[in-house]
Amino acid sequence: MSDRKSPSEDAAEQSSSPQNSNNVATGISRRGFLKGAGITAAGTALLEGVQVFSREAVAATHSDVKELGPGAVPVTLLVNGKEHTIQIEPRTTLADALRVHMGLTGTKVICDRGSCSGCTVLLDKTPVNSCMTLAMDARGHHVTTIEGLPQNGEMHPLQAAFVKHDAMQCGFCTPGMVMSCAALLEKNPKPTEDDVRHATAGNLCRCGTYPRIFAATLEAAGTSTRNA
Amino acid sequence: MNQFILADCTTESGALSQLHDGAVVKAGGIDLLDRMKEGLESPTKLVNIRNISSLRGIHETAQGLNIGALTTLAEIEEDPAVKAHYAILSDACGHAATPQIRNMATVGGNLLQQNRCWYFRSDDFACLKKGKDMCFAFDGLNQYHAIFDNTTCPSVAPSSAAVALLGLNASVELASAKGKRTVAIKDFYVHPDVNPMTRTVIAPDELLTSVIIPKPASGTRSAYQKYGEKRSYDWATADAGVVLEMDGNICRKAAIVMGAASPVVMRSPKAEAMLAGKPITEETARAAGKAAMEGAQPLSMNGYKVQLFPVAIYRTILLAAGQMGRDPSAVG
Ligand SMILES: Cc1cc2nc3c(=O)[nH]c(=O)nc-3n(C[C@H](O)[C@H](O)[C@H](O)COP(=O)(O)OP(=O)(O)OC[C@H]3O[C@@H](n4cnc5c(N)ncnc54)[C@H](O)[C@@H]3O)c2cc1C
Ligand code: FES
Ligand code: FES
Repeated sequence: MSDRKSPSEDAAEQSSSPQNSNNVATGISRRGFLKGAGITAAGTALLEGVQVFSREAVAATHSDVKELGPGAVPVTLLVNGKEHTIQIEPRTTLADALRVHMGLTGTKVICDRGSCSGCTVLLDKTPVNSCMTLAMDARGHHVTTIEGLPQNGEMHPLQAAFVKHDAMQCGFCTPGMVMSCAALLEKNPKPTEDDVRHATAGNLCRCGTYPRIFAATLEAAGTSTRNA
Repeated sequence: MNQFILADCTTESGALSQLHDGAVVKAGGIDLLDRMKEGLESPTKLVNIRNISSLRGIHETAQGLNIGALTTLAEIEEDPAVKAHYAILSDACGHAATPQIRNMATVGGNLLQQNRCWYFRSDDFACLKKGKDMCFAFDGLNQYHAIFDNTTCPSVAPSSAAVALLGLNASVELASAKGKRTVAIKDFYVHPDVNPMTRTVIAPDELLTSVIIPKPASGTRSAYQKYGEKRSYDWATADAGVVLEMDGNICRKAAIVMGAASPVVMRSPKAEAMLAGKPITEETARAAGKAAMEGAQPLSMNGYKVQLFPVAIYRTILLAAGQMGRDPSAVG
C-alpha cells in the first residue's frame, strides 16, 4: 500500500479507508508490527543526518548559485493570476505557503506525504502535490488552486457538475479531485471514463465518492454516456 | 522538517561547487522531503538542481537514447520515441506512483531513492540501514520484503525505472568537480551485505547527470508490469520487466528483471536461459516464470511473492511478445 512507510501510524485507522483495505486482507495489527521492534523500540535513537560527509571545502560562492535561508526570505508567487509576496523559509511547502501565508485554505493537506493527492494544485497546467513541493520551486510558475477556478463569480462548469452530482461527502478530498479533473479537461477536453480514472488514480477518497466524480467530470466534458 | 539553506543552481558546475560538507541534492524532492519530514535525515543544505535546464530532456543519438537526469517520469512516459522503441521504460515510468508524483519526480531521483522498508522508513526504528545493529523485519512484519538476497537487510529495491533500465543495459553518467564517469545500472547499486547504509556507488560530491540507453537490437520487444495490492496506484509487491530479442518467434536473447524481489534490482539468468533460442509460447513463458523463483528464500510473511512473481513474469513475457494484452489485475 502507498503509506507502507508509516509503521508508527495506527494500522486500525489506516485500514478504515476503502483504498487501504490491504491492511484488513493481510491482517496487520499494531501489536504485530511492534513485535519486530523488540527491546530497542522503547529507546528510539534520534538519527541525525545519516548522510554527513566532510569533503574538502570548495568555494561556496559561485555566480550560478543563489543561497536562500535558512531563515525567512521574501518571495513572490503568482497564484490564481495574482502576485503574493510572503516571507517564508526554504523549508515551507507550497501547501503551507498557500494555506498559512496566503490564507488560501481551499487546498487541503491530508497525508502530507504525496500519498493522497488531496493537496493537488496546478503548477502552470500540471497537477502536483503541493505538500511535496517547496514553495520556492513555485517561483516563476502560475499556481492555480481551487479558489482560482471560478470565473467572474461563477463556478467552473466542473464545480457545478460536482454539485449537481453530489460528488462529495465529507468534502475533504474534493478540492484535490476537482483540480485533477480540471487539469485533465484542460489537456483532454473529451475524456473517456478510463481517462478520468487514470487522472484521479492518485486521489484517495475515504468516503467512496468516485463514481459520482467520474460522472460529474464526464458531464462537464459533455462525454457522459449515462443520464445524470 | 528541519530548517535548511536552499542553494538554487542554474548550472551543473554551480551545483557541483556546492556538493561538500553534507549538502544534499534535491531534484523533484519527493523522496528527499519524505525522508526529512519523517525525521530520518536533517541536512543543513539542499542543493536545488531542479532548474538546471541542461539536465532535462530526451535525446535520440546514433547509439541510442540519452535522458537528462531531471527529466520527469511523466515526460518519459509520454515521449513518442520511448513509447516506440523502449516500451518497457514508458510502461515502468507510467506505472510508478501517482500522476501528480510522476509530474514532479525525476528519473535521476527515482533511481536514487532509498529502499522501501517500513521499519527503515520510520523514525521509530533504529535499524541496520541507519547504522544501528538490528533489522526489525525478520521477526516483525515482512510481507512486503525481499525474497532473494535477504539475509542482511530484506528491504526492497523501489525504483520502477531501474527495472526497465537494468533490462535495457542502461548506464548512468556521474559528474563531479574532478570529471565524469559512466556506471552500468547493473553495477550501480550496493548490496546490503557489502554495506547496508550505502545504496548506490554515487559519491556525495557527484551528480547523476544522465541515463544512457543503448539502441536495442532489431527485433527487440519489451514490456513491464507492476503488481500491487490496489489497482489505482501502489508500491509494487512484484514488478516484472522483460526485454526479448526476437528472430521471428524465436527468442535470441532475453532479459528478465524483477523489482521488489530483493534489496538490489535483479535479473534472473535462470529465467532468461529458459527462453534463449526458443520460441515464445505459453509453455516457455511459464517455465521462465517458474525458473525465476529458484533459490528464493521467503520470510515468514512473504511466501505469496514466490507465487506472484512467476505469474507476473509469464504474463509480461507474453505481453512483450504481443501474445497477451496488459493484465487487468496489474496496477494501473
Ligand atoms: C505515493 C507514492 C507512490 C510511489 N510509488 C512508486 C512506484 O510505484 N515506483 C517508483 O519507482 N517510485 C514510486 N514512488 C517514489 C517516487 O517515484 C520517488 O520518490 C521519486 O521518483 C524520486 O524522484 P525525485 O526527483 O523526487 O527525487 P529526490 O527526492 O529529489 O531525490 C531522491 C534522492 O536522490 C538524490 N538525487 C536526486 N537527483 C540526483 C542527481 N541528479 N544527482 C545526485 N543525487 C540526486 C537526492 O539527494 C535524494 O537522496 C512513489 C512515491 C509516492 C509518494
Ligand atoms: S496531502 Fe496527501 S498528497 Fe499532499
Ligand atoms: S474523502 Fe470524504 S468526500 Fe472524499
